[in-house]
Amino acid sequence: MSRVHDMGGRHGDGPVAPEPESAPLIAEPWHGRAMALTLASGALGQWNLDISRHARERLSPGDYARFSYYEKWLAGLADLLVSRGVVTRAELAGAEPAPSDLSARRLAAEQVPAVLASGGPTSRTGPPPRFRPGDRVRTRPRAQNAFVPGGHTRLPSYAAGAEGTLILAHGAHVLPDANAHDLGERPEPLYTVRFAADTLWPEAAPGDEVTCDLWESYLEPVA
Amino acid sequence: MAHDDPDHPHSLLPPEPELRVRALETLLTRKGLIDPGALDVIIETYSEKVGPRNGARVVARAWSDPSFRATLLEDATAACAALGYHGRQGEHLVAVENTARQHNLVVCTLCSCYPWPLLGLPPSWYKSDAYRARAVRDPRGVLAEFGVTLAEGQSVRVWDSTAEIRYLVIPMRPEGTEGWSEDALADLVGRDAMVGAGLARGPA
Repeated sequence: MSRVHDMGGRHGDGPVAPEPESAPLIAEPWHGRAMALTLASGALGQWNLDISRHARERLSPGDYARFSYYEKWLAGLADLLVSRGVVTRAELAGAEPAPSDLSARRLAAEQVPAVLASGGPTSRTGPPPRFRPGDRVRTRPRAQNAFVPGGHTRLPSYAAGAEGTLILAHGAHVLPDANAHDLGERPEPLYTVRFAADTLWPEAAPGDEVTCDLWESYLEPVA
Repeated sequence: MAHDDPDHPHSLLPPEPELRVRALETLLTRKGLIDPGALDVIIETYSEKVGPRNGARVVARAWSDPSFRATLLEDATAACAALGYHGRQGEHLVAVENTARQHNLVVCTLCSCYPWPLLGLPPSWYKSDAYRARAVRDPRGVLAEFGVTLAEGQSVRVWDSTAEIRYLVIPMRPEGTEGWSEDALADLVGRDAMVGAGLARGPA
């Protein structure tokens, strides 16, 4: 079933606190360090974007709620470095570091602009789409990974078992549910699906809508 | 990877976040896995070079140039790349336009997906539990907290960024700006307006 990160629609959080647009986007020096360390460690190629997202989702609910944003990043990074064998638990606890055969993959300062500029597109050659814009579809009854219990998925719980209308087709993209678990990219057609908000929440204003970006295997046709 | 590690390795690091990040950076540097100079370049990029001014230029161009607007709505990735905006967390872009009938608001309920090449790093409120939880269920309440009241007859469409598609909201062009230069128009377009949590500023 769902994990703590899947909070869309949850009650009890109170008001949003807007900030002045002039406020720096890196509020504390260590925030920038944590962000940059995460990006540079990703360049070692020992995990992908979906694995790193799932590492943050796998924090205990207590840690997830207690940690600030970049503390989640740091904790996810530390857990990944150990689980992917990049560092040992002893090294993390302060033991003398051993040399690593991954050092040839180290991201050098002069490589950074090109790496950030190219990013990591997720579009792939894949199977032809089963659906087209205008089609009515229904999402999986539960927001769960079909391969791994408790695994990563990008279907939010609030949109599980919901009927909507497909409005955009994006071609085939890497399937996070597989890619987060070392099961390969298994590209599938990706769509944007529009839901009438009052079918998700009865109190929603009539005419309001919510969209989600959903992979083909999350969807079934509505006759 | 299927199983949770009940003994999370991150708990081996010091409790203070600043010490934690320093301990990790030191360890990875000593192992030859991190170039601290690369971290400096990444931080400099997202604190000085990439920010909401990029998105504002895209919006101002769309307001000024109907053929660019059409391209942007058809293929935002290509249209933004033509202005030099592309890359990490903006590999696949979609632009959505506010109208008198519909207001658009962007959220990522599952994490914090955001169009970095156009807007830079997300602000704290975008990453907050309150925004992630409430934007989809109570968008009008959230907009009121930003001081935004919708016009009568305007519906809200909330875009939950659940894949690698990143959304840019094109706000409505303020009245009284006919004939303005793109630079002057860009000055009216703030970050919050391009997430849909604000509106473009009117002429002073």
